Amino acid sequence: MSNSNDQSVYYVPHDGWYPVVLAAGLFFMVFGLGDALNAMKSGGDPGWVMSALGFSLFAVVLYFWFAKVIAENHAGLNNAQVKRSYVWGMGWFIFSEVMFFAAFFGALFYTRVLVVSWLGGDGGKAMTGDYLWPEFENTWPVMDNPDNAVFTPPEQSIQLKSFGSLFTYLPFWNTVILVASSFTVHWAHSAIKKGNRSGLVSWLALTVALGFLFVFLQGYEYWELYTHYGLTLDSGIYGSTFFILTGFHGFHVTLGAVILLVQLIRAIRGHFTATDQFGLEAGSWYWHFVDVVWICLFFLVYIV
Amino acid sequence: MSAVIESHDDHHDHGPAKGLARWLFTTNHKDIGTLYLWFSFAMLLIGGTMALIIRAELFQPGLQFVNPEFFNQMTTNHGLIMVFGAIMPAFVGLANWLVPMMVGAPDMALPRMNNLSFWILPFAFGMMISTLFMEGGGPNFGWTFYAPLSTTYAPDSVTFFIFAVHMMGASSIMGSINIIATILNMRAPGMTLMQMPLFVWTWLITAYLLIAVMPVLAGAVTMMLFDIHFGTSFFNAAGGGDPVMFQHIFWFFGHPEVYIMILPAFGIVSHIIPTFARKQLFGYDSMVYAVASIAFLSFIVWAHHMFTVGMPLAGQLFFMYATMLIAIPTGVKVFNWISTMWRGSMTFETPMLFAIAFVVLFTIGGFSGLMLAITPADYQYHDTYFVVAHFHYVLVPGALFSIIAAVYYWLPKWCGNMYDERLGKLHFWLSFIGVNVTFFPQHFSGLAGMPRRIPDYALQFADFNMISSVGAFIFGFSQLLFMYVVIHAIRSGKQATGRVWEGAHGLEWTLPSPAPYHSFTHPPKVTAADAHG
Repeated sequence: MSNSNDQSVYYVPHDGWYPVVLAAGLFFMVFGLGDALNAMKSGGDPGWVMSALGFSLFAVVLYFWFAKVIAENHAGLNNAQVKRSYVWGMGWFIFSEVMFFAAFFGALFYTRVLVVSWLGGDGGKAMTGDYLWPEFENTWPVMDNPDNAVFTPPEQSIQLKSFGSLFTYLPFWNTVILVASSFTVHWAHSAIKKGNRSGLVSWLALTVALGFLFVFLQGYEYWELYTHYGLTLDSGIYGSTFFILTGFHGFHVTLGAVILLVQLIRAIRGHFTATDQFGLEAGSWYWHFVDVVWICLFFLVYIV
Repeated sequence: MSAVIESHDDHHDHGPAKGLARWLFTTNHKDIGTLYLWFSFAMLLIGGTMALIIRAELFQPGLQFVNPEFFNQMTTNHGLIMVFGAIMPAFVGLANWLVPMMVGAPDMALPRMNNLSFWILPFAFGMMISTLFMEGGGPNFGWTFYAPLSTTYAPDSVTFFIFAVHMMGASSIMGSINIIATILNMRAPGMTLMQMPLFVWTWLITAYLLIAVMPVLAGAVTMMLFDIHFGTSFFNAAGGGDPVMFQHIFWFFGHPEVYIMILPAFGIVSHIIPTFARKQLFGYDSMVYAVASIAFLSFIVWAHHMFTVGMPLAGQLFFMYATMLIAIPTGVKVFNWISTMWRGSMTFETPMLFAIAFVVLFTIGGFSGLMLAITPADYQYHDTYFVVAHFHYVLVPGALFSIIAAVYYWLPKWCGNMYDERLGKLHFWLSFIGVNVTFFPQHFSGLAGMPRRIPDYALQFADFNMISSVGAFIFGFSQLLFMYVVIHAIRSGKQATGRVWEGAHGLEWTLPSPAPYHSFTHPPKVTAADAHG
């Protein structure tokens, strides 16, 4: 008897140890991290070891958990309804990620449009500027902070200077890379839907390579910014918004590339069929999502 | 299929595992619902103890029991624990127990993730409560953790508080995704959206709100973390940031959050009142539209929490009128509950008593909310005990009463036994009197100018505070009676029938009591009358 033929039975898995152990791993990871951060600030025993062990536990459990879910699917336990639950789950997860970035984009908008102009003596709260730091000027990017003694301002910004220099502008090429990778992942998906496994593997491999190339170039850009531009996390609101937006985006690209790498390994091992490839599709949704976030970032953080 | 896989197939016949393993490893929506409910009750007692420490200190002017520093930690942790540890998990627990039964599903859509959502919580709250014993003390900046009090001037333990909030957020988001997937994907054939029971409807909308705003809260605490440890200046004007921005981001989360804590309550009351009025719910469709409107409005009213912080006149007017608009859908709901009772054959069992008290007392909280919505009046009320009275009226006899009502109402379905009606009514009257004695006088001390979050106060507020403290102890200790009634029912209550209440409608009442371990192995056929009375 197999549930795959009985569409009226929704597969409910047995008890399992993954969730509670995963929660424990998560706990040790963040508790150790909190310890480490506090130790950096005010001394004491840093908790890096605990954090690393927690993360390892977390990662190992995730591996077993996903392996189990994949095995259940291959065994035909997931009927169409169960699969739909995964589709809904991934969709709403991406929505939650959108709202996470919305908080940072909101912070960029609020500081750039409102706060900096108020501090600079414009707009409805002009007195703020007069009373606090009268010499502070309303410009973006902020190259002189209200109090330069507390927050060392950047020496140079990374904004696009002129459209003529677009082709020598690293973020532009990163945009090209990421947008291209959105196409390649789509072609990978289309290939397997036609049953073309070699097409899937090659397009997906190219996507993963582009993804890691993006992360590498972003890392190079960060290194340049820290060493030559003087633009850092602590160089005032411009650096703060720049690094939190691009940093969390880069983190999500890394995560998405790892997800797609896992799908690539699965594809090489013969997973996915023309009619059943939601693991891949979910990964590609996630990839399109990080791509869209980047396009917003490129315009709002680098260009405008 | 291999033999290993085949053994999975007959899982529907399995009962629960034995011992501790059942609770640690379970994927069953009822077990997880039970875990959520007991966890939130434990948090209610811990947060309640903190409330009693606060009320003991405020019994008389002057400092008697605790120092101001510890008092601040108590107000902060009381708020955080009650909001994130007691009310929210209790509603998720109810959703776990009830949504699959109400929509005719065998379980939640994603059972393993369901277990994860729960088990993150004990770790998160363990971490948060442990900060009270750390050097420098726990969070002491109020449950709204405004910057720079929570960044520049915070104790070191704030780092753990931030990570605890991240974990609670992850738990809420996963729980909500699960609930949405269950509702949208697992309804029995024939149950259209507009036939869903109202508890299911309200939770669908609540889950949407949670997924929309918990990530924003995560973003807010992440910016705090970066300000504290990595030198950013989001909430520091010296670097071009703004502490007021924290308030905007926090309340963009915070206002939908208060509806997250009341919408499921609306759903519960919409089940209980028709049952004991023995009439169909009046205005089902308008109830659904009202909840949806309230949810929509919740996103565009956040700055009414910050009128006194300073904002353009146009902003104040917009947020004032948008806030007042909420009174319309809320009024529709109150009207519908009353119309449901109108000329009904009413009886007053314990759940009905709590539900009626909900309608009356929540409405009082709603009206004081309208007063606070008036910008110029809010200048006077802001940060006084009037605000404390307002939100305790919507959260205690509002959200908490609805949860208690739900427990009395569905407990016979869960454990198969009736509770002791006499003790239940005693519990109700003690709670009802206790809650009003506690919070009603706070309106007066607030209007007279008593600020909130202070350990000591001027002599003129002494009488009202003394009354308030007496009420708080009555209310607090009567919840131990609640625990006794529930445990007594589970252990040795009278056997309940399947229908339990003669006026009850809905798929959950078509199951035997106690409900079988897996509710609906095969989806039932649904008629409109079954789905919602």
